[in-house]
Amino acid sequence: MGAPAAYSDASQAELLRRACDGDKEAFYTLVRPCERAVFVAAMSILNNSADAEEVAQEAVLKALAHLAGFRAEAKFSTWLIQITINEARSRLRKDRRHLYESIDEQRTDEEGDYSPKDFADWREIPSEALRRDELRNALKQALAILPLKYREVLILRDIQNLSIEETAETLGISQGNVKTRLLRARLQMRDALAPGIDGSWTSGKPEYKKVRPW
Amino acid sequence: MSVIEISCVEVWREISNYIDNDVAPDLRARMEAHFKSCAHCKAVLDGTKNVVKLVGDGVEYELPSGFSDRLYKKIKGK
Repeated sequence: MGAPAAYSDASQAELLRRACDGDKEAFYTLVRPCERAVFVAAMSILNNSADAEEVAQEAVLKALAHLAGFRAEAKFSTWLIQITINEARSRLRKDRRHLYESIDEQRTDEEGDYSPKDFADWREIPSEALRRDELRNALKQALAILPLKYREVLILRDIQNLSIEETAETLGISQGNVKTRLLRARLQMRDALAPGIDGSWTSGKPEYKKVRPW
Repeated sequence: MSVIEISCVEVWREISNYIDNDVAPDLRARMEAHFKSCAHCKAVLDGTKNVVKLVGDGVEYELPSGFSDRLYKKIKGK
């Protein structure tokens, strides 16, 4: 089954009106094109598929309950993702496993400059390498160990393709904070993935042998 | 045209904005000049660009099977 088609602004307004009047089918039609984004937003914080699904469902039901509070000029998907992120964060707060990673710390960006640790020269990753489980797993692992505040920005921006402005609005942080965190996230991902660039993902092709000319 | 030189640390600070095309033209020119002469920063730039592409193309969170149906039932049941 392909991705459900998005709807126009005009039909969003109409669907919203019907959903507010209690039409559940209309509400589901609104939610359907965003369901993947909602799930991924929950995953970005919880890193666990079952928890993410539960939170995604809770967030959608919360959106339904508070539909009257939705500002018509906003984007429905942004609003829904915001609710999901809040739900996922409150789930984390309740979860003892995550006590060490304080959510409240997320609001500050006190760190200084980040210096790259590995200068491996990756000219280009061949596209066929992406089909290799090894690289996919390395990507997921690198993402999983990113601190939460970097991971959520990276996922919204580079996977969900939200703009800087939308990412800031969704997370409730400034655009400057989004940029700082995105920089850190991308550089840390690069450092985490660099060791494999020497050969394990490139089938020992000669052009990738000299990735560290210095 | 000569450009004012820029340090590696300054380049790293702006490298993500550079990739997003979100730096002022004069800074962009200084960074471009730096990438021509500094192989380390060029490597960081190429690698970071690759990361952005890899993350965008290669990270997929599969929706759990039946996700849509369960969500639909939740909505209908509310």
